[in-house]
Amino acid sequence: MNKVILGRYIPGKSIIHRLDPRSKLILSFYFIIVIFLANNWQTYALLSVFTVACVLLSKVSFSFFLKGVRPLIWLILFTVILQVFFSRGGTVYWQFGPLSLTSSGVINGSYVFCRFVLIIFMSTLLTLTTAPLEIADALESLMSPLKKIKVPVYEISLMLSIALRFVPTLMDETEKIMNAQRSRGVNFGEGSIMQQIKAVVPLLIPLFVSSFNRAEDLATAMEARGYRGGEGRTKYRVHFWRLKDTLACVAFVFLTTILLYLRNW
Amino acid sequence: MGEPIIEISDLSFQYPQQEREALSHLNLKVSTGAWVAVIGHNGSGKSTLAKLIDGLLVPKNGTIKIAGTQLTSDTLWDIRKHIGMVFQNPDNQFVGANVEEDVAFGLENQGIPREQMIERVRTALESVGMWEFAQHEPERLSGGQKQRVALAGVIALRPKIIILDEATSMLDPEGRKEIIQLIKNLNQENDFTVISITHDIEEASLAQRVVVIDDGVLVQNDKPENVFQRGAALIESGLDVPFSEKLKNEIKNYGISVPQQYLTEKGMVDWLCQFVSKN
Repeated sequence: MNKVILGRYIPGKSIIHRLDPRSKLILSFYFIIVIFLANNWQTYALLSVFTVACVLLSKVSFSFFLKGVRPLIWLILFTVILQVFFSRGGTVYWQFGPLSLTSSGVINGSYVFCRFVLIIFMSTLLTLTTAPLEIADALESLMSPLKKIKVPVYEISLMLSIALRFVPTLMDETEKIMNAQRSRGVNFGEGSIMQQIKAVVPLLIPLFVSSFNRAEDLATAMEARGYRGGEGRTKYRVHFWRLKDTLACVAFVFLTTILLYLRNW
Repeated sequence: MGEPIIEISDLSFQYPQQEREALSHLNLKVSTGAWVAVIGHNGSGKSTLAKLIDGLLVPKNGTIKIAGTQLTSDTLWDIRKHIGMVFQNPDNQFVGANVEEDVAFGLENQGIPREQMIERVRTALESVGMWEFAQHEPERLSGGQKQRVALAGVIALRPKIIILDEATSMLDPEGRKEIIQLIKNLNQENDFTVISITHDIEEASLAQRVVVIDDGVLVQNDKPENVFQRGAALIESGLDVPFSEKLKNEIKNYGISVPQQYLTEKGMVDWLCQFVSKN
């Protein structure tokens, strides 16, 4: 499980860590949209420089970002190869049946590569510098206008935060049940596909049953502590929009302006 | 010892699809500031009693009065404010993402303003010695620490009654001792009424009164010394006696005459010293 970088949080005290999670969430999404505006090498260079600057500001080791790219590398290469060999136009270097290697194909391929890497870098930056709960908070606060159309925003965010809080607990429990079943002779991850699926049953069912029991206990404990639903509650955890959040937004506006100027129309 | 804070009369409860009543015709009074231990074997109805007092279950018949108010569906939430409960499993009652948020959960439910919340969370965590762990997530805490946080969550609400539903049963001896000591302090300093439901006989022997429940029937409600004097009868009904009582029985087996009444650990030491110096 340690290999998965996407969605992991590295505590730190850098300026990016201390930004309001709402601004980070909005700006990451915004950046992903902005990437699709880039269409020549100057714009890609600009976005790359910007991304690298953000990464440096976060003071998180660069290797984490490379690890974030790694699980997706085959998808990226596959897309790039399709782009390279199936685009037409520009100088033809090599041709064989429907396959052709052209200058525009190479250019398009490298753009797609850049796009992928930049998107992964930015989303990894968001999750590495923002605790899962902060993301949940940010989502709640950004969804709050939906209350007007009767979306139970508070309940959704409570579910989200309880789910996040129980992830490590359930992981521990999975490990325990796996070891307990192993000690009784169950082989996980061995044999044919059918056998492997069958081996998961003695893991899955106890896990489900214990989750039901947990849910029951938790609900009782919550009720005993006076939980009556989202109405009339105050909040202990609050986030403040500070000057640096505004500045971050200004930086993005600036970036967009330069990008639009450099872009081929 | 003022007037009774909990008055239960003729309380019965039956779980659906069960032949037997979990509790039948139970009468109990608990005076303000008391520490009451409820003991009984598994399935004797102890936890059911705790849930009935907090209004988490609805009784078949009988009445419960908390601080003079009768428990009904209208008064339920007001009464719950007077009662704080700590449950058995430290993992399953941890709602917040970290320690301070978990303590704040009950306060959030009551709609307490944030400034006041911050202060109350801090004092509650300090009183259980967990303030330095305020930012820790539950998976970084031991079982005993999680139970302390649960206790802090209750203290922050400033209830009149604290019910511990086997709160120490999943802890190691060290953690158990800490929690019991903590509760003892709370009971003495802050005048909380404590009801502790327990299997731990040593814990029960520290209480002011012990209530014995057997198969849903209240068998005895007395001081610990009077309850534990019934040694053999207690063991027969599936319970145990404290260590000093066991020691007394062992000594008795050697043909030495021992005092009839129950002795605490200290009392036992005194008696042994006297006995040795006499012979």
